[in-house]
Amino acid sequence: MAGWNGGVRAAVLVAAWAAAALTAALPGAAAAEARRDLVVGMQLEPPHLDPTAGAAGAIDEVVYANLFEPLLRIDSDGGLVYALAEEWGVSDDGLSYTFRLRPGARFHDGTAADSADVKFSLDRARAADSVNAQKGYFATIDRVETPDPLTVVVHLTRPDGLFLFHMAQGDAVIVAPESAATNKQKPVGTGPFRFARWVAGDRVELERNPDYDGPAPALDRVTFRFIADPAAQVASLMAGDVDTFPQFNTFEALDRFRNDQRFRVKTGSGEGETLMAINNARPPFDDVRVRRALAHAIDRAAVIEAVTAGIAPPIGSHFAPHRAGYVDLTGLYPYDPDRARALLAEAGHPGGFSATLKLPPPIYARRSGELIAAMLADVGVRVSVENTEWAPWLERVFRAGDYDLTVIAHTEPLDIDIYGRPDYYFGYRSARFDALMAELETTRDEGHRNALYGDAQRVIAEDAVNAFLFQLPIVTVEKAGLEGTWQNRPLQANDITGVRWRN
Amino acid sequence: MTAFLVRRLLSLAFTAWLATVAVFVVLEVVPGDPALLMLGTEARPDTLEALRAQLGLDRPAPVRYAEWIGGLLTGDLGVSVTYNRPVAELVAERLVITVPLALGALALSTLLALPLGLFAASRHGRAGDWAVMAFGQLGIAVPGFWFAILLILVFAVELGWLPAGGFPGWSAGAGPALTALLLPAVALAVPEAAILARVTRAAVLDTLREDYVRTARAKGLGRRAVLGRHVLPNALVPVVTILGLQFAFLVGGAVVVENVFQLPGLGRLVYQAVGQRDLVVVRDVVVLLALFVVAVNLLVDAAHAAIDPRPRGAA
Repeated sequence: MAGWNGGVRAAVLVAAWAAAALTAALPGAAAAEARRDLVVGMQLEPPHLDPTAGAAGAIDEVVYANLFEPLLRIDSDGGLVYALAEEWGVSDDGLSYTFRLRPGARFHDGTAADSADVKFSLDRARAADSVNAQKGYFATIDRVETPDPLTVVVHLTRPDGLFLFHMAQGDAVIVAPESAATNKQKPVGTGPFRFARWVAGDRVELERNPDYDGPAPALDRVTFRFIADPAAQVASLMAGDVDTFPQFNTFEALDRFRNDQRFRVKTGSGEGETLMAINNARPPFDDVRVRRALAHAIDRAAVIEAVTAGIAPPIGSHFAPHRAGYVDLTGLYPYDPDRARALLAEAGHPGGFSATLKLPPPIYARRSGELIAAMLADVGVRVSVENTEWAPWLERVFRAGDYDLTVIAHTEPLDIDIYGRPDYYFGYRSARFDALMAELETTRDEGHRNALYGDAQRVIAEDAVNAFLFQLPIVTVEKAGLEGTWQNRPLQANDITGVRWRN
Repeated sequence: MTAFLVRRLLSLAFTAWLATVAVFVVLEVVPGDPALLMLGTEARPDTLEALRAQLGLDRPAPVRYAEWIGGLLTGDLGVSVTYNRPVAELVAERLVITVPLALGALALSTLLALPLGLFAASRHGRAGDWAVMAFGQLGIAVPGFWFAILLILVFAVELGWLPAGGFPGWSAGAGPALTALLLPAVALAVPEAAILARVTRAAVLDTLREDYVRTARAKGLGRRAVLGRHVLPNALVPVVTILGLQFAFLVGGAVVVENVFQLPGLGRLVYQAVGQRDLVVVRDVVVLLALFVVAVNLLVDAAHAAIDPRPRGAA
């Protein structure tokens, strides 16, 4: 019986709470004043909040541009804009970059953010004991000089076409020596928002930094809530608990939001090239005819329809369609099971063969994988599907290259260079491709760079290194009346510095 | 009684030691490198080595085991690999959710199961008995996570009475916090109540067949008085045993339920820690849980001894 009493008491509590919430909300509505707070929904909780010491995308999703600033940052269209630096220049030989810092920049603990902090941050990231997940970004730095407190000169060992782009990533944010060791729990940056609190397992809250020297953001308080379960994500939006959900993956629920005036659905492009990776080093996949057969056997449109409700742009190579330099190669291997069977027979596998398909946890991987397994079975390739966790996937598949086939989205921006890396898990080697990458490294002319990127896309598509599926769609579901959230996602971040509520 | 306690304490220590060996060996064997998981696909080999050295993973396994046990014995649980915070702090933060959840579920299931079990036994073979037995079968058969999702669909999404998940923190006040725990507690309690009701029914029926019950009835005592004064106290012995076992299962079930309801409790902590290969957190929490289960069993035995002195004499 006490159970019933408990239920009644709880119901009364809920009613009282709801009434209090309503009365609190009403005066604001009457005055027609725009809200100054925001609740952002995220799928995963960051393990900690130091973007210079971890690869978890959830870290940048909270702190990038909001709390921590790099020298330059990337805007919603993928372009470079000023952040801690307000000016930059490069020498004619492309070997030294000069950055002029914002004179009024301060860390949240009150200390000035000057050239010494920049030198400290860059040197820390490339030190022998560095635990920066993208230490490679800093590999071309020879030395960092600080002629005066507001000027930083970075000397490179060789020209690096991607240097500025890399310096704008979350891994390159500027931190202070006083707080670098404690940033994981109490992050101290130079951004327009500062850390307020972290309710472990539930939310991180940021508040406006009143001492910010740049344009003040329109919001006073931002809460990032972590909701892993797809059903709970839908429920939290429907119930109004969450204002915007920038990486909404429950595509089958989108129609509900599209048909509801309270919400707006934004679709953009991101950096996640989703593909079925093929172990090129392992027979029978070392035969290009077999790889082309796999490409012909996959009905890409059907995969896109089933996995992303049809909204994902198809890709025919490893390049994001929204980028300059993109070449449309999606017509290279049309869905053609007969052609696939013929190619397999030509390669000496008239009866097909058996293979394993290892699938990491993301829902796009599991769903695509199951469909692809059925499509491959249709042409005689008997695939056994193995679901794996992240940890063994990284160790066995990614690092040891111990796999036949796997499905994964490569979310690093402009990462086509991975096809030139020796010992990469694709097991692919191509002198033609390597030559293109070498030329790209020393080329700064934008038009020439894009032409080289185009050639690189063609080489890996013709070699059918992987079966290229689609660009992971970026879908944001948010309340109508919210402005300034990113439509595209050139990097994994929720930049809320320009977000505001319309009155 | 002293010999009994010493023996039990020794077996408790042995079980705890076994648990430490088992969890350590399992974590050594399963694939998954915490450094690689933290630094991701772009990490360079020298960076991975630097992080492994920072985490102390570059030393041989026996050394790491000895250090861990040494720390445990001195009350030092170590520092979480992913969160970079003391494990003791993390566990304490999560216990304030998991303990009220488990206790609430235990109370709910007991309050549901005892009356149902008694009722079924008193209607033995009749419609009421069949109804309770059917509930019992259903409760055992239905998976806990499925029932939890059903509760969310009905009470949060359709009716909108209760939150679908999440936890506002106790700092938000007892009202919202208890509201957030209500559905999870029910989700945990109902399957446990199903088992407990069946056990109670069986124990009461067994006791009803005892000679002293027939004697009491023959003396002219009413049904109600017999049930209350003679049957229930004797039937409680197996019920308490199951209750103790169930409490251990509740803590295990909390892992599942906390994940369905997005509650940042101990279960969610250990679930995430397994995914992130946070070896320090996983092994500490597993050993703490093992200790806890053994301790509960010890309490159950002591409660037995209090209710029914026979086991002590027989020993």
